[in-house]
Amino acid sequence: MFKTFKIALFLSIIFIAFTSCKEEKKKNNEIEFSTWTEERIPIMDYDEFKPMIQVSGDKKLHVFNFWATWCKPCVEELPYFEELNQKYDEVEVTLVSLDFPNKLSSQVVPFANKHQLVSNIVLLDDTRSHFWIPDVDENWSGAIPATLMFSKNEKVFFEKAFTFEELEQEIVKQLK
Amino acid sequence: MKTFSNFKKIATIGIIAIALFSFLKPSTLDAYQIGDKVENFKLQNIDGKFVALSDYNNYKGVIVIFTCNTCPYAVAYEDRIVALHEKYQSQGFPVVAINPNDPEAQPGDSMIEMQKRAEEKAFTFPYLVDEGQKVYPKFGATKTPHVFLLNNEKGDFILKYIGAIDDNYKDAAQVKEPFLENAIQALQEGREIKVTETKAIGCTIKTK
Repeated sequence: MFKTFKIALFLSIIFIAFTSCKEEKKKNNEIEFSTWTEERIPIMDYDEFKPMIQVSGDKKLHVFNFWATWCKPCVEELPYFEELNQKYDEVEVTLVSLDFPNKLSSQVVPFANKHQLVSNIVLLDDTRSHFWIPDVDENWSGAIPATLMFSKNEKVFFEKAFTFEELEQEIVKQLK
Repeated sequence: MKTFSNFKKIATIGIIAIALFSFLKPSTLDAYQIGDKVENFKLQNIDGKFVALSDYNNYKGVIVIFTCNTCPYAVAYEDRIVALHEKYQSQGFPVVAINPNDPEAQPGDSMIEMQKRAEEKAFTFPYLVDEGQKVYPKFGATKTPHVFLLNNEKGDFILKYIGAIDDNYKDAAQVKEPFLENAIQALQEGREIKVTETKAIGCTIKTK
């Protein structure tokens, strides 16, 4: 009788330990949504933005998606970036809005809240596009959506809209 | 035999180069480059009539602008496009606007919407529909707005400038480099165009 109790206790401890561990892991992985405000979305010119896209040597895969709330194909692919940002711990997604800065409170913030975005968001406001577009990538014509990915090993750039499968494939490839 | 193996070597290198290049730039490989002759095109205008590039044989050149109703960057340039046409038509360089978007993918760019927009903004230049989306790929246009300046050289339209109208999409008053006007002026004065290609943010051309 006492032996059965001991086994049951042992099993339940294992069970509790296992489930709590699992829960904790999930918490670590998932970024929780918190309400967006204007203050949380910095407006940057390219000089301020450029250090963010410099290869830093950390272990993360940095993904920068250039988009705007008015850009239909951008808005369509945005959920894929969000989902993969949650799925892969080593991936850090930053959404670079090219909306006009006077639309920050009327368009960008409401959009981010409506879609409960959890990735980083910055608004790039620099009219010297002839200078900074080729600085981001020499093959970029300036059309959006466009995506820059880099890890400490490699930098890749895409001027296109992704499907979920394409994006995951590319991320997995870059993570290797 | 030796020439043949040399030929094979060159052919292999050529094929590799083409494969590599097409991989890097799939959409613009065959597109016109600066200095290329632009083929004639004939597209329907919003008034129902057809406009061809060859209709402009008596002009010094043509400012071809791929633009649309629905892109905020294109909209930001509308007044400037109207002003460009007013200023340069009389000097021999009229504007021809082409909407490259597929209205099925972007309903705001249907013929009716184009007519409305042209009336609201009092467009005095043709606003053509790229029916079947066959013209924009030849130019290598990737976005709206996207400008191509053509110079009429003895009946051949030669591509002289590709890119943005100027260096400030937000505010015409803050423009420091009017790239397109600089290029037109250089052509008029017989000078070399200093900046022949520029980059600007724009909206992807909508296809189904």
